[in-house]
Amino acid sequence: MKFTLDWLKEHLETTASTEEIGKALTMIGLEVEGIESQGKALEKFVIAHVVEAKSHPNSDHLNICKVDAGTGELIDVVCGAPNVKTGMKSVFAFPGTYIPGKDFELKGGVVIRGAPSNGMLCSAAELQLSNDHDGIITLPDDAPIGQKYVDYAGINGVVFDISITPNRGDATGVYGVARDLAAFGLGTLKKTDFSPVPSKGKSPIAPLPQQFSGDEPKAIRKFAGRYIANVKNGPSPDWLQARLRAVGLRPINTIVDITNLVSLGWGRPLHAYDADKVEGTMVLRNARGEEFDALDNKVYTLDETMTVIADDKGPLCLGGIMGGIRSGVTDETTNIFMECASWDPELIARTGRKTGIVSDARYRLERSVDPALTEPGMELATRLVLELCGGEPAEPAISGEDVFANTTVEFPLGEVRRLTGLEVSAEKIEAILLALGFVAEGSGDKRTVKVPSWRPDVTQKADLVEEVMRMVGVDNVPVEPLARLNHVAPRILTTIQNRRRIARRVLASRGLDEAVTWSFISHDEATRFGGGTEDRQLANAIASDMTDMRPSLLPGLLAGARRNANRGFADVSLFEVGQIFLSDKPEGQHTYASGVRTGTAKVDGAGRHWSGKAEVVSVWDAKADLAAVLDALGVDIDKVQVLPEAANWSHPGRGGRFALGPKVTLGWFGELHPALAAELDISGPVAAFEIDLDALPEARKKATKTKPAIDLSQFQPVSRDFAFVMDKGVAAATILRAAKGADKALITDVGIFDVFEGVHVGEGKKSVAIEVTLQPRDRTLTDEDIEKVSSAIVTAVTKTTGGELRK
Amino acid sequence: MSLENQIETLRSELTAAIAGADNEAALDTVRVSALGKKGSVSALLGTLGSMAADERKSAGPVINGLKNDIAGLIEARSTELKGAALEARLKAETVDVTLPLPPAPTAKGRIHPISQTIDEITAIFSDMGFAIAEGPDIETDYFNFTALNFPEGHPAREMHDTFFMKPGPDGMKKVLRTHTSPVQVRVMQKTNEKPAASYLTPSQDPPIRVVMPGRTYRNDSDQTHTPMFHQVEGLVIDKDSHIGQLRWVLEEFLKAFFEVPSVTLRFRPSFFPFTEPSMEVDVQCDRSGSEVKIGEGNDWLEILGCGMVHPNVLRNAGLDPDVYQGFAWGMGIDRLAMLKYGMPDLRAFFDADQRWIEHYGFRPLDLPTLFGGLSS
Repeated sequence: MKFTLDWLKEHLETTASTEEIGKALTMIGLEVEGIESQGKALEKFVIAHVVEAKSHPNSDHLNICKVDAGTGELIDVVCGAPNVKTGMKSVFAFPGTYIPGKDFELKGGVVIRGAPSNGMLCSAAELQLSNDHDGIITLPDDAPIGQKYVDYAGINGVVFDISITPNRGDATGVYGVARDLAAFGLGTLKKTDFSPVPSKGKSPIAPLPQQFSGDEPKAIRKFAGRYIANVKNGPSPDWLQARLRAVGLRPINTIVDITNLVSLGWGRPLHAYDADKVEGTMVLRNARGEEFDALDNKVYTLDETMTVIADDKGPLCLGGIMGGIRSGVTDETTNIFMECASWDPELIARTGRKTGIVSDARYRLERSVDPALTEPGMELATRLVLELCGGEPAEPAISGEDVFANTTVEFPLGEVRRLTGLEVSAEKIEAILLALGFVAEGSGDKRTVKVPSWRPDVTQKADLVEEVMRMVGVDNVPVEPLARLNHVAPRILTTIQNRRRIARRVLASRGLDEAVTWSFISHDEATRFGGGTEDRQLANAIASDMTDMRPSLLPGLLAGARRNANRGFADVSLFEVGQIFLSDKPEGQHTYASGVRTGTAKVDGAGRHWSGKAEVVSVWDAKADLAAVLDALGVDIDKVQVLPEAANWSHPGRGGRFALGPKVTLGWFGELHPALAAELDISGPVAAFEIDLDALPEARKKATKTKPAIDLSQFQPVSRDFAFVMDKGVAAATILRAAKGADKALITDVGIFDVFEGVHVGEGKKSVAIEVTLQPRDRTLTDEDIEKVSSAIVTAVTKTTGGELRK
Repeated sequence: MSLENQIETLRSELTAAIAGADNEAALDTVRVSALGKKGSVSALLGTLGSMAADERKSAGPVINGLKNDIAGLIEARSTELKGAALEARLKAETVDVTLPLPPAPTAKGRIHPISQTIDEITAIFSDMGFAIAEGPDIETDYFNFTALNFPEGHPAREMHDTFFMKPGPDGMKKVLRTHTSPVQVRVMQKTNEKPAASYLTPSQDPPIRVVMPGRTYRNDSDQTHTPMFHQVEGLVIDKDSHIGQLRWVLEEFLKAFFEVPSVTLRFRPSFFPFTEPSMEVDVQCDRSGSEVKIGEGNDWLEILGCGMVHPNVLRNAGLDPDVYQGFAWGMGIDRLAMLKYGMPDLRAFFDADQRWIEHYGFRPLDLPTLFGGLSS
């Protein structure tokens, strides 16, 4: 909200400087967003003497002038104003000056119909000081030549722009702001004369009947109207126009300007109707789907939840929001009907939202306007109309009832110290509350506080504490350390929080960059990756590719990889550790750690290098990333089953699943299905993995942190190699399991060191070579021992795999 | 020929042969020819047996002297040859050590600034005795608004540009949480039910000290607003927690986070439905240069909102506001990261541009701790 310093001073007796006021406003919760000098835009305009003005020989309406602007020489100026004459004083703009009323920068050295012109004599409209563009400004003869016009005319005022929080409807008028500043100690609040204005005769417009059926939403509470006959409308006085302009409003005519003055000055919106344009009876009712031509020159379709003021022909005004064109007040209006009404803030807010109309009335009424100001507001408006436009006011036409909260709060004064830590004396608390309009009764530590009608936001003790605190100043609250509950903090992070942290660091250590991608993806992507159900869709998505909560991190990462490729970076490795959504329930939210590698972005770097070939990523890179994370998170990889079951996004023959038993899936890895890659517009091989960090087993709670005793054998281990030929389809895991099982005590490790296929091992066959490590515990192994375990291994493997020992 | 002459001839022949041997094999041939069983020196030694005693007495030392000398020469030549061979091998094995290495994985992979900032915030608050609490992103209307004292139809709800979920068959109104504040209620609310998932923080009895980082969503997009962003909420509930302590917590946090010796904060009364009194906090800074410097200068930058938990929120959670009280605050993690590390555009955070991540990201082992420093 904007207001000028002058305007504030009309309500506040103060000697405080602009700076002090600005600081105070911010500290009491009316945050200053800007303090501007109103005359800043007009700084360059100066007072000038028209030394000579004679007709332009080549024009019937232009004059050629010699102007003294205090520079010591006469300036040639061609002027088209009808009122320019020799000897007058006016306002002059030098070349290079920005002319706000014309929105251009004045050029110098121009020639107009053969006569040179180096500047401009200006009208009030060109300075945006009024709508008067009939002629240039005429100044008194004693106006000092060369002086800045803003200084001379006193339009060097200060404009404050403050932000009002939604709870402070009372501060949406300058008067309310002044009340707060006075309570803060920055001056004295000046009272406004709201006394009734004597009426002359009966009102031709009867109190408006409320025509609502029982359960209809009814926004109107009390409607006060006043018929004023024989007003003389037209442009408002300069001071009023200047005041409205300073805060960014366009002056219309005196009556309309008065309604704006009261709205901004006292936070009390009004509306004036041209009474002669009202047809039949004015009533209050809900709209019936009518079209409404509003004063913002737009047409709105109103519905039955919205209250209107209507006559026989239809809506005249959308109640509490905006008036209509049909009964708008013009310069020619002679009889008016001035409305001052109180409304239900919630219903005004709802109508405002529905129509999207942003108006000064809605802004105030949805924050709530003092219900005690309905009739006084009408009297104030009447007084201003009589003052500025004359006229005869009829008796007020009043219907309905205001709604008062009449709140009283039991307020133990100790609450101030309890909630803020501030020590404030009972006298000071009482004084602050009184200055803000609260009436406190009682003694000792207890007060019963009556809340003023303009503060419906205050309903309980904590609200009163805030009132006291903002007037004392939060900066005066003494800072007090928060005592520790434990001197050494116990473990802070939960298991899942630790898993996320470790997974991130492990993946980054493997050369992947951490991305953070949107939680919502397109419906198409969601469906492809196992989501897309209705419960995970937004009702009001911001974009068509952000409609569904992601069921997987891969679509976001793949889109990221695609964007990188489009920028010329085809070899990328990205991961994300974040939430995915299996349903809209809290338990449907899991944390996944997922990653993608594209092109040659393998763990030891992308691109060609002198030390080796630039190989493209494959299923093995994805499997290695997945295993690295599981290992870092304490999962015993030897106990995890790796199954040849590809994820729905994976190449069916180059993807697998990590599982623990039949129920728990830890993750998937694989190469992206080539068809899916093509659909997603990603070229080249993509290795990807997903880990469900929530699926990992919780470490068993142990009574002691002691590790089992170490068993160090004093005998050297022995290793033996075996090669088998078997069907191509036999899983390596089967071979390893069989070999290991041949002698669980002696065999400590089995590794595969060679796998190959070829004609010489037979069609559909492969050769697998394993190295078995034997660790004797109680004596050195004899040849016989070794022979025995070797034959057990051969038997176990051949039996399980259907293969045979390669000779 | 006299024995002396014979020995000298042999010595000079062998000396020349040893010097002429240019590899170990040639040298060995010389050794065998001289000192082997049938070698020339050995043959000479063999003549000693057939000599008269006095003759042997004089000839013995001379012949043995020759044998020792020749053996010494062979040994010396052998050492020389080994040295030369090693030198030649080393020369042959020389590589260009200026050839660049393939990059170490840890030199490439980077942690996103948001994760790093959350780790930094966690490090500070965990030291102050706060736990980390979490709630779901898809939240009920009740937890996101109603329980936080946003009445139905209140204009304050409008300030939030809420994303709504499509209405479900159960009629439950769900939203994407617009702030992390619903987690406050989940932590405070008394319930005997176990959390439905392990990430959900169970409800606690006071004293409560938690911070709640997480993703939040609003239907808004421009250079400083993205439809998804990150907030961290803080909550302290006890019997005597007041604004004086709130000021301390925030000052200590911001000092530690920005790694400056002091910060100056300005608390302005403001309005949030879930706190009363409510305040916005500005931090003093210097915005004259290209980057914002916290802890110096004469400008103010709004950095967070806070206040005393509203009595209605306490009541909604089943706590008696005449017994328990506390404070809460909320701030933008992305914004904190931008202020500290100088990223100009919020939208780039979520673009997965490898160049951006590798520029603004953090090394895998840059673990923020208070003992090791939050940032290097």
